[in-house]
Amino acid sequence: MKDMLEIRWHGRGGQGAKTASQFLAESALELGKSIQAFPEYGPERAGAPIRTYTRISDHPISIHSPVTTPDFVVVIDPTLLESVNAAEGLSDKGVLVVNTTEDVSAIRRKANFTKGKVAVCDATKISLEILGIPMPNTPMLGALLKVEQIVSIEALANNVRKKFIKKIGEEKTEANVKAIKRAFEETKIG
Amino acid sequence: MCEHLPREMHKNGKRIVETEVKMATQKLVPLTGDQAVAEAMRQIEPDVVAAYPITPQTEIVMNFSQFVADGKVQTELIPVESEHSAMSACVGSAAAGARTMTATSANGLALMWEIVYIAASTRLPIVMPVVNRALSGPINIHCDHSDTMGARDSGWLQVFSESAQEAYENTIVAIRIAEHKKILLPCMVCQDGFITSHAVEGIELFPDDKVKKFIGEYTIEHSLLDMDNPVTYGPIDLQDFYFEHKRQQAEAMKGALTIIPEVLAEFNKTFNRNHDLLEEYKLSDADIAIVATSSTAGTVKATIDELRKQGMKVGLLKPRFFRPFPKERFVKSLSNIKAIAVLDRSDSFSAQGGPWFSEIKAALYESKKQPLITNYIFGLGGRDIFPENIKKVYSDLEAIKKAGKVKSLVNYLGVRD
Amino acid sequence: MAKKKGWKEIPIGGLIDKGGTAKEYNTGSWRTFKPIVDQSKCINCLQCWIYCPDSSVIVKDGKMEGFDYEHCKGCGICASICPVKCIKMERE
Repeated sequence: MKDMLEIRWHGRGGQGAKTASQFLAESALELGKSIQAFPEYGPERAGAPIRTYTRISDHPISIHSPVTTPDFVVVIDPTLLESVNAAEGLSDKGVLVVNTTEDVSAIRRKANFTKGKVAVCDATKISLEILGIPMPNTPMLGALLKVEQIVSIEALANNVRKKFIKKIGEEKTEANVKAIKRAFEETKIG
Repeated sequence: MCEHLPREMHKNGKRIVETEVKMATQKLVPLTGDQAVAEAMRQIEPDVVAAYPITPQTEIVMNFSQFVADGKVQTELIPVESEHSAMSACVGSAAAGARTMTATSANGLALMWEIVYIAASTRLPIVMPVVNRALSGPINIHCDHSDTMGARDSGWLQVFSESAQEAYENTIVAIRIAEHKKILLPCMVCQDGFITSHAVEGIELFPDDKVKKFIGEYTIEHSLLDMDNPVTYGPIDLQDFYFEHKRQQAEAMKGALTIIPEVLAEFNKTFNRNHDLLEEYKLSDADIAIVATSSTAGTVKATIDELRKQGMKVGLLKPRFFRPFPKERFVKSLSNIKAIAVLDRSDSFSAQGGPWFSEIKAALYESKKQPLITNYIFGLGGRDIFPENIKKVYSDLEAIKKAGKVKSLVNYLGVRD
Repeated sequence: MAKKKGWKEIPIGGLIDKGGTAKEYNTGSWRTFKPIVDQSKCINCLQCWIYCPDSSVIVKDGKMEGFDYEHCKGCGICASICPVKCIKMERE
């Protein structure tokens, strides 16, 4: 891992982008890393485009400003590619990870991102099939880990269990873990 | 969220410490700044908390209310109908001798204004976390320091926190500072709204028993409820004595400057920390320096690390306490710097710059060297400040150093023309 | 008149550190007119006792017994409220 990993998440209010950014950070914290996970609060309404951020480092993190040059960008809602510049600030080493039914080259065109890698995963389909509701945030964590093993799938799964079990019960928690694992398997990188 | 922490429960009114979970206290737990402050309040376990929720302070009151509901603290929680009532209840409770806390932000602080002054004047050591937020209007819920800066002359101590960890620690130490017999002043513990209050970071929570031991028991000299020795709090105080009481407040604030370092030294020894009235970061050999507080200080540190790699001799002075104002420490830390930029997250329209700037500049009038100094107003209403903005300030300072003079005293950083 | 205490000598925060201090304040010296009661006319209705702002009407066993001139400021409310006009205000 480089000195500090920075991830930007694009989602819509209510899709769990904040939760996803925290799951990842907290899993890294368990491994002894320094972390930050924070949302960019705008108008807090269901459906409004929102950004959240995760920082993970081996050293204490002192910076307290939004991520501008992310290593990874995760787009939780495919319709956002129409309205936000998801690839903004991504270098040629960066990876754009998108929840979509389309393939890598289509997303590359749509996001106008030619430099780095693109990863695609139909997280909405996975969540509908496994969870029965469109909550693509947890599967997108699996997609991101396919791109870079920031933490192990098991470490992430354990954190999801710890946070979810009281809130949504064992059955739904395990469904989320299953969705993460399936997304990990199905993610295509190009 | 902190299942592995030592947890206290109350059964039949008796406090039972669950010893089996008492290990692993060094482990960091993921908490937001608000949650971290609520944890500090849980450990402090004040006798009374009277508070009203307001963004971005809400999660402090919400989490603390949960601790009360779960029986983790025996605090008397007074859910009031406004901040004016919150501070009023705090004044009554503190006069009775209860260790008392509340928390607020921006418009909430504005609504309690009248009683904010009364709390300080009556010398009641109430500790109040304030999650800094722009004081409307136009209405805005995001960070700037206009709320607490407006209260800078209210007679409250004010300490600013860079991170969630610092907000947690400052909340604990503020109890000891406010309640010190030679101080007896209320204290605002400030942190940046959303930027730290809603960001999750790894927090080291001190063991409950260690915190409780450090803060100790609070006893008031004259309790309003001591029927055997009746006293009067808050009588009318006119031309004949009011001025003398104000003079006492000035003296208490002045005395706090020498007592706070003593309390901090004890805190540092107990918790292995390095708190001071202000903090220097790569300042001793710096040519040019920024003065910045709260979360911005962290962003400046990260920028300094980057610029130092390029050979630039840049530094930071991060004040923690605005009240009391450590004038001599500013003179000592800044006199040898060639050019200084003070960053203010609030404006003071038509004054000689923002609150930090006008006071630091006035302090440096007493320095023989009188370094070049300039002011940047930034981040109003939550406008983000990036390392790029900080680099611009350092490059301006380079130009000032070279030219040997300041062209523009008060500047606006990050605003669209 | 005694010299007032300085800021180093008084309790902080405006605190009055004992009870009943109003008693020490001799407001009787403010008086220019003095209430005099004619006990033979008094019906002991105690209206004067209720209205007196300085608790300066002395009552014993339900009977009006005169005035506490240490604290009576001579405001005349008692004379004004008295239904049988048995209190008159005389020059000091």
